[in-house]
Order: sequence, then C-alpha cells, then structure tokens
Amino acid sequence: MSGPASQLPGPPGGHSPANRPSPTQHRAHLVAAGLLALSWLAAAPEASAAGPTATVQIENFTFTPAQLSIEAGTTVTWINHDDIPHLVAASDKAFRSPPLDTDESFSFTFSTPGTFDYFCALHPRMTGTIQVTAKAK
Amino acid sequence: MSTSDQTRPLLDDDGIDRRGFLKCMNWAGTGILWTLAGGLPQGIGLDRALAADATPLPFTFLQISDSHVGFDKPANPNALATLQEAIDRIKALPVKPAFMIHTGDISHLSKASEFDNADKLIGESGMQVFYVPGEHDLLDEQQGKAYLDRYGKGSKGAGWYSFDRDGVHFVGLVNVAGLTAGGLGKLGPEQLAWLKSDLAGLSASTPVVVFAHIPLWSIYPEWGWGTDDGAEALSNLKRFGSVTVLNGHIHQVMQKVEGNVTFHTARSTAFPQPAPGTAPAPGPMKVPAGDLGKYLGVATVDFVRGSQPLAIVDRPLAG
Ligand SMILES: [Cu+2]
Repeated sequence: MSGPASQLPGPPGGHSPANRPSPTQHRAHLVAAGLLALSWLAAAPEASAAGPTATVQIENFTFTPAQLSIEAGTTVTWINHDDIPHLVAASDKAFRSPPLDTDESFSFTFSTPGTFDYFCALHPRMTGTIQVTAKAK
Repeated sequence: MSTSDQTRPLLDDDGIDRRGFLKCMNWAGTGILWTLAGGLPQGIGLDRALAADATPLPFTFLQISDSHVGFDKPANPNALATLQEAIDRIKALPVKPAFMIHTGDISHLSKASEFDNADKLIGESGMQVFYVPGEHDLLDEQQGKAYLDRYGKGSKGAGWYSFDRDGVHFVGLVNVAGLTAGGLGKLGPEQLAWLKSDLAGLSASTPVVVFAHIPLWSIYPEWGWGTDDGAEALSNLKRFGSVTVLNGHIHQVMQKVEGNVTFHTARSTAFPQPAPGTAPAPGPMKVPAGDLGKYLGVATVDFVRGSQPLAIVDRPLAG
C-alpha cells in the first residue's frame, strides 16, 4: 500500500448551536431503561422539570411511531429493543445519539418548533420525523 | 436479482449447485479461501480445504468477515470464541494463504477493547491482513478515527486503498462512511473518482479483486443490502477480463456471476442473519443449539493462472 497518511473527512460544516437544545443521554440497562421510561410517562408535565415526554420504540429495524407530533419543550426518548445497535441521527445534525445497544435509550429535548427528520446512521433506511409545534399558551 | 443474471454452477462445500443459492444463502461463515484461477475466483469452504490434498496452489488468499467482537446476544453469546475457532482453522490449513482480507465489522461497537481483542486473535494467524471497515467499526465519537488510527495507514479518505500482489490488483473500498437518510451503502464522489484513476492505468487483462463491507451489488435493498453508487463503481470494471467482488455484511453466502464479474459474500464469524425477506427485519438469527458452527465460516480463494475461474471455497466452522 502507498499513499498519504489517512485522513477522516472533517466533520460537516458547523450548524449554529445557538437555538439548539442540548441532548441528554440515558444509557441504561434493561431494567433501568424500563423504569426511566415508565417514570417519564407517568410524570405530570407541570411536575417535571424536563417538561412533557414522548417515546419512540426501535424494534425490527423500525422507529415507532415513525411520525411523531409534539409540543415544543417535549423530551423524546428512543429505546432500542433490537439485538443489534442502532444510532439515532438528525438529518440536519441537530442531534446524534451514541450507538444504542440492546435496551439502551437516548433522549433529546425539542425546544424549537419545526420538522426534524432523523435516521439510523447504521441502517439509514430506518427513518423518522419529529414534528414540533409551538407550545400551547 | 434479475432473471438475466448469469449464474454458473459453483459447488459449495456442501456440494450444492450455487444455482440454488437462493435456497442456501441463510448461512453465516468462518471464512472463505479464495483461489484465483485464470483470473476468476472460486471459493472452497474451510472444511473442504482442510480435507483437500495439499496440491500446491499458486496463489491463495483468505477472506473473513463480520467478526463483531463484543457481540454477546443470544444468537452467539461469545463472538470472540467463534472468531478463535475460525483462526484455529486458518492456522491448520495445509497451504498457508498469502494473506487475509477482512471485509469489515471487526468490532461490534468500535470499542478499543473490541479492536484490541480482535487484533490479538487475528494476529495469531501470523498473516498480513487487509481491512475495510463495516458500519460497526465507525461508531467512535469521531466517526471512524479509531478505525483509521488502527487500520488506515497508507489509505485515503475514509480508508480506501489498492495494492498489487502476484499480478492481481486488489482494491479495498469503504461504503459505510457518512451514510445518509433513506440510502444504502455509499462510496461517494471522492472515492469513485479515486477508483477511476486507480484503475485507469491497468491493462484489461489484469485480474482485479474489489472488496468492501456492504455488497456492491443490489441483494435486498429493503434491508439495506446494496450500495447506492455501486453500479457506478462497477462500470469502471467492465473492461477487465476478470473481476471478483468480495463483500460481507449479510452474514451468509451469496454468489452470482455477471459477465466477467463474480460477486461473492462471506459468512460471518459471529452470527447468521436471515435470508432476505424471510424475517420481519435483518439482524442476529438464533439457530438451534449446536448448529451455530454450520452458519459461521471462512473463505479461501485460489488464484491459478489459466482459463478456469478463480476458486472460492466457503468453509463453515462446523458441519
Ligand atoms: Cu439501525
């Protein structure tokens, strides 16, 4: 083999982080993830510092629901139920999970209205959309 | 697969005519011993190669794939142990292959410990190894730096390169980097341009072996088993008299011949996946206890000058 030292293509051009909420990650084992999800679902929105929540299940290489409508401020949690890792990545790079192994989860809070397309960076035919509407007054 | 695809009988180690490959492709494997005969590859399963008489083969190399070191789910709780089995078999081959090609998914989650374990074990073979990454090898935070630091010396871009051995031109391609929503495997314009110039100076009589993780031919796009710009890469290879395309990713043996191009996918050393369309989704397939070794394997390739095809031998770990 010959040639110049290898180089990774640089990270794609910067998007402005200004309006981007920061992702929170939850990497937990089976039981912990289940409990977390349950407690989030059970939490009354006004009682939770994190605001309303929603969950996207990952099973059989599919995001369910693939289309999710939420109010701004909602925290969405993806949980992987497959025996193979998946990786949730926004098409516009607004968020990117670590690889989620079996029963691991990833959460992201959507604070600005808009349409957020995402896919699995390992299996890019897996796609989904989060529709974020303005917060009800 | 279109019906115009020309398939020719290629006996696997089970003696099954590969015309029937649609029925037999739900295999995973330990490795393939590749023989290049007259520029066309033929595979022989490791079992048969081990049993074969030690007739000197002019030029033989080995393919292993999808070792997924770190995988510990029910389909195979110890992917390192089955890799060890594959390596032990390779060490026992009567004729030592010239080198080994690993067609990606070395690790399961790109962890340093997984790469360490894989390197240590594969290193036991004492063979030179040429790697290309699978999508599971680019999961570090910097999306591939860990792979390139370890395996990318002398490569370009995300890790592609070429080399020549015994008059054969080998090209390692990367079709798992920077994948985009809705797509399949992808080489990208930069790599395609490099491939074109890499092949430009070669005479059409040069045998070419191309290897990459995801199949460069469309096997089952519904499961992501294909490469969006694979056809463009292959268009550069049409003028060559002998082209062999070696892939992994699908964890089962599939083969087809189209003109002068032979396509072949290797078994995994870790776990099998279902045959296309036979399950709700791809992914680790649990097989009856004791049967796993039949689904895992290694391939060898013999390169024999002459008019016969290159010989590929797929060897399951057991059975
Ligand atoms: Cu995925």
